[in-house]
Amino acid sequence: MPEPRPSPAHSVLGSIVLIGVVVAGSAAAFAYTAGWLSPERLTPWKMLQALAPPSGPALGHRRNHAKGICFTGVFESNGSGAAISRASVLAAGQYPALGRFNLGTPNPDAADASVRVRGMGLRITPPNGEEWRTAMINAPVFAASTPEGFHELLLAAGSKDTNAMKVFARAHPEFATFGAWARNGPWTGSYAEDHFNGLNAFIFTDSSGADHAVRWSLLPQAQIIPVAQDDLEKLGADFLKQEITQRVRSGPQRWTMAVTVANPSDPTADPTKAWPEDRRTIDVGTLVVQRIEAEADGPCRDINFDPTVLPPGIRTSDDPFPAARSSVYAKSYDLRTAEAKDYPRIPTGPKP
Amino acid sequence: MNAIRHHFAPLQRLLHWLMAICILAMLFIGVGMVSTIMPKYVPLVSIHKTLGTVIFVLALIRLVTRFYYGAPPLPVDLPEPMKLAAELSHYALYALMIGMPLLGWAMLSASAYPAELYGGIYLPALLPQSDSLHTLLWNAHFYLAFAFFALILMHAAAALFHALVRHDGVFAAMAPVPIREEATQVEYRVAE
Ligand code: HEM
Ligand code: HEM
Ligand code: HEM
Repeated sequence: MPEPRPSPAHSVLGSIVLIGVVVAGSAAAFAYTAGWLSPERLTPWKMLQALAPPSGPALGHRRNHAKGICFTGVFESNGSGAAISRASVLAAGQYPALGRFNLGTPNPDAADASVRVRGMGLRITPPNGEEWRTAMINAPVFAASTPEGFHELLLAAGSKDTNAMKVFARAHPEFATFGAWARNGPWTGSYAEDHFNGLNAFIFTDSSGADHAVRWSLLPQAQIIPVAQDDLEKLGADFLKQEITQRVRSGPQRWTMAVTVANPSDPTADPTKAWPEDRRTIDVGTLVVQRIEAEADGPCRDINFDPTVLPPGIRTSDDPFPAARSSVYAKSYDLRTAEAKDYPRIPTGPKP
Repeated sequence: MNAIRHHFAPLQRLLHWLMAICILAMLFIGVGMVSTIMPKYVPLVSIHKTLGTVIFVLALIRLVTRFYYGAPPLPVDLPEPMKLAAELSHYALYALMIGMPLLGWAMLSASAYPAELYGGIYLPALLPQSDSLHTLLWNAHFYLAFAFFALILMHAAAALFHALVRHDGVFAAMAPVPIREEATQVEYRVAE
């Protein structure tokens, strides 16, 4: 009679232990990958915690640049950009644009004159389904050279220790350029007079396949009238929204999109370092803002101006920021859309 | 009566193991990407969307092969509740490998996000932008991902139990390379 092949009791036990080890090992590898075993990992969630004010985030709103107003218009591409990128949005033509003027604060009720950083989110959609999204600010350089450095800055700025910022600035000399701009840079009384700089470096690929490292900026065509911050403080808390609504009602507002091409030796991975003034700059088109709408029920509300949403012909460079921003903005978006009931879709701001 | 087959067809086995690797990779990429802000975030998300779409297509092909070839019967001596558990879990696995990619794709559409795959391929939007739909789909994609992983662990544990403890030919039926276990199965039955 053939021997029964089933294993003797001790071998059954061995098999069961083996199965247990396989299952537990897989679960542990999964937990490790998810970061549950690495409390030191800088996650998008931690970044959002560092951004939040002590009273907690404003539910339903963006976790940063929380105060804003929507605009729509067109991007008139003049075709000059086609020399350095095959992106269809840089071929001559007019493409719909949607955007958002905003203030760099996690507080949607902040007084306009109290916020140093102003921003613009912009989405341009050529007809073939491609998209170009970007979010830019009025500062000439960024405040940190790495996302980790930005996290430290947020912790220092939010710290109760009055020395924390001094300690940070000493440990991060690269903060000085931004710091000087924040203290002494000019203020304007209108979004229409502000520069909006992309700051991060991206790669344009032209039709021959050659790559060009670039940064882009929107330069206001309106005349810039510098104003002292003290004078802005005398205006209402929402003067920027009111002003841009009025101004666009009386006529479209324009910005020139300027793309600066790096020399091979220019730093692309560090947005605290401006490139020298003499770099080749190409005016690729004009953003025309035609209509302003309140955010609460406006078309920009549920858009995530994720800087990694790029058309073929434009891609991220070795600059670590766009990836970090994409990850954090997605988390912010998931949270704020889930909290929509805390931010009713009733317009409170000015109507066009 | 037709002769009883002891194995899944080679195409079914190929798809099973190819997809097992892809799906496990997807689960790890998924939880890995959402917990990092490093530069690898961008390629990981791109791979996630692309591989997820490939899985969706493979799952549909696999469903067709399943209807066409059927599945070998489970061993007669397998207790009824275990048979039921096996069948139900297989239904659930099929539902998840088809459902998860659809949820991911629909979630992107509901957030007005272009579903761009590797190589500049754009999937059309499945749904209009909607915050409530986005939240619903996000939660489904999130919780079902963990349910999927738990189910796969149970499924693999059961498969190994058949292979190492019961020696009943169930593992051989799906083994990536032919293994001689039928003999064992027959001997076992005789010995009982
Ligand atoms: C790691 C660094 C950064 C973090 C953690 C961060 C964080 C955030 C968050 C959480 C939001 C809200 C996103 C949403 O809910 O849609 C946001 C929006 C924004 N960020 Fe950043 N940011 C970073 C770097 C930058 C840089 C370098 C710039 C400028 C070049 C910038 C400009 C903006 C602008 C303009 C918006 C508003 C976009 C809109 O209107 O929706 N950010 N940021
Ligand atoms: C991502 C992971 C996996 C998925 C989604 C999956 C899915 C499935 C499904 C749906 C079936 C039913 C047969 C069919 O109609 O195709 C099946 C059968 C099977 N799987 Fe998996 N599987 C996975 C991983 C594994 C692993 C890791 C093992 C082994 C350690 C395994 C071993 C088996 C075996 C032995 C069968 C045959 C069961 C029978 O005869 O009814 N599977 N699998
Ligand atoms: C078999 C298929 C899939 C599996 C197993 C899977 C699994 C996962 C997992 C585990 C996560 C992380 C959840 C978390 O911890 O937050 C995730 C997130 C995500 N998945 Fe998938 N996925 C699949 C298919 C897809 C597809 C086809 C797409 C899109 C086309 C997609 C889009 C996403 C997105 C956008 C996220 C991030 C959500 C967020 O904002 O947090 N997934 N997925």
